[in-house]
Amino acid sequence: MSILANGTAKLIVQGMTGRSGTFYTDQAMNYGTNVVGGVRPGKGGKQHIGRPIFNTVAEAMAETGANASMVMVPAHNAAAAMIEAIEAEMPLIVCVTERIPVLDMVRVKDALKGSNSELVGGNSQGVLTPGACKIGVMSTADATPGPIGIASRSASLTSEVVANLTQAGLGQSTTVGIGGDPVHGIGFVRCLELFMADEDTQGVVLIGEIGGDEEEQAAAYLKKTRPRKPVISLVVGRHAPAQRRMGHAGTLSVFGSGNAESKNAALKSAGAHVVENVVDVAQAMAAALVPA
Amino acid sequence: MNLYEFEAKEILAQYGVPVPDGRVVTSAGDAEAAALELPGHKFAVKAQIMAGGRGLAGGVELAATPSMAGDIAKRLLGRRLVTAQTGAEGEAVERVYVETAVESAKDFFLAVLVDQALAQVVVLGSTAGGVDFEERVKREPGIVERLPVGTDGAIDDTQCDAFLTTLGISGAAAVSARRIIAALIKVFLKTDATLIEVNPLTLTRDGQFCAVDAKMSIDNNALFRHPEFAGLASGTGGDEIEMQAQKDEINLVRLDGNIGVVVNGAGLALATQDMITDAGGHAANFMDIRTTATSLQVARGIGILLADQKVKAILVHIHGGGMTPCDTIAEALALALAWSDRKVPVVTRLAGYNADYARQLLVDRSVPHERCDDIAEAVRTVIARAA
Repeated sequence: MSILANGTAKLIVQGMTGRSGTFYTDQAMNYGTNVVGGVRPGKGGKQHIGRPIFNTVAEAMAETGANASMVMVPAHNAAAAMIEAIEAEMPLIVCVTERIPVLDMVRVKDALKGSNSELVGGNSQGVLTPGACKIGVMSTADATPGPIGIASRSASLTSEVVANLTQAGLGQSTTVGIGGDPVHGIGFVRCLELFMADEDTQGVVLIGEIGGDEEEQAAAYLKKTRPRKPVISLVVGRHAPAQRRMGHAGTLSVFGSGNAESKNAALKSAGAHVVENVVDVAQAMAAALVPA
Repeated sequence: MNLYEFEAKEILAQYGVPVPDGRVVTSAGDAEAAALELPGHKFAVKAQIMAGGRGLAGGVELAATPSMAGDIAKRLLGRRLVTAQTGAEGEAVERVYVETAVESAKDFFLAVLVDQALAQVVVLGSTAGGVDFEERVKREPGIVERLPVGTDGAIDDTQCDAFLTTLGISGAAAVSARRIIAALIKVFLKTDATLIEVNPLTLTRDGQFCAVDAKMSIDNNALFRHPEFAGLASGTGGDEIEMQAQKDEINLVRLDGNIGVVVNGAGLALATQDMITDAGGHAANFMDIRTTATSLQVARGIGILLADQKVKAILVHIHGGGMTPCDTIAEALALALAWSDRKVPVVTRLAGYNADYARQLLVDRSVPHERCDDIAEAVRTVIARAA
């Protein structure tokens, strides 16, 4: 009951030996994630927090059968690390690193063309399948297994929604942080495809914000496919002053990127249940799940 | 990082993009002297501010003589220019740019930026260049042509021909337009720009192109590999307090309301602001504390709000995650209140990682605050306290 990662995930961590790499790898292992090794060029053959270190992703995959990688490499090397994982045909790559130059991400996306790898992030809190697998840096305090999928552009807002859903008795199948940067890996549309195909996901929450066109693309996808599972959408930033840039780099808009009003209108016309405030998400999902 | 017009033009000129002759000055006397030195008989005097919409706000004037250039500079310097893109406070004009005025036969818009959805660099062009371009694009998005750029900066010849033909550029002009496009792409990739916008790109009566105005933004995340930008005036421009917060790992945008807001994460910050506004309140700021901020840095951020006379109450809204536990912020709040002579009512709503620990910390340190566990209640309470 999940997308992207579940109990069968065999994870390596690129940049595992760094300070945050060590901390979050340890946390992931404590959560039950099967971490099979780490990658750090020049430190191959050593052990770190009880796991073998390899010089390259390809070597780590050959030795451990890893099928997922968490990238925690500093920003100036993050693109190279992602491209290495793509070239090694790693099935799932989750990049947590913040503040990656946007032109580096353009090169990463170019490397992804024709590849079967799924890239999540950068600047993502990661992928969490409650009770089974944590690949990322998100809070797990309030997460509980269940039928709701979440795709989000914001980490702290996801934690809030997870807490509210759990309180309402609605556990989560998988939560995915698509990342707050303007150019990133999989978006809302891919998450929706995966959630709609996942038999254990019964409803999906999209947590969007002003800027970019993720929400418009999601709306177009919903309009085209008209899925039977309910989609609750929240777009924050309804009252942000139009000309000021706030928060995520993704909110930098020059052309044609929508405000909250136009995003909500698009989602509504595509059949999503649009809620205005974060506190309304769980209730809306509970109501939408009751068969009419 | 946004560059001033004069900085952007200097960089563009280095890469071979034709720009008018000009000088940046900080006094009326220097403006007149600059005009005397410049070629031509007519001069443009332009306020150097970051915000767009300058032309429509009286920030650009034409001078027929050097002494007029001095008079215009005198009027602009030291003034706060309010444009459609600034707040009501406007932006202070510390420098003006004096340049030879260009006689336009036709104005174009040309820009290079990253198309986020396609994850690709694109050149945008339009025949609707000029001060009202942004308004026109909103009404008629179809007036903009696109030319995709490869990751190595290459453009397809046939696509480029079609792009220029649609813009009505042919013959000798097309040859120089191609050169300018290639140069802009090169600047864009070499400097890690996120935007280069030339508006207008003017075709002069004698058939030459000239970048009459230029805007350029550099990717803050790439500044580590661009030491050449460290000495620019832009690094010190903009809102000083917001820049200070940036150094403390806090994205701060000052607004006009009376409720100071302390939030971790951009999404939660926007969500909180939406709820405050819906409930009839007015936020004094947008704050997004980065995951890497320490309690000392956050304390300085809260200090900015406490020092702001507009701020009548503060809402601390934290959903502790793996990276920002609630106690980091509680610690920061205790510090900031201890440092500040000015006190205002503080309402807290703490949830997630280490929320209980943080609540206890606030009690143990006798930090004056009102605790709310529900967001809506916290929002209502802070609005009441700020009234």
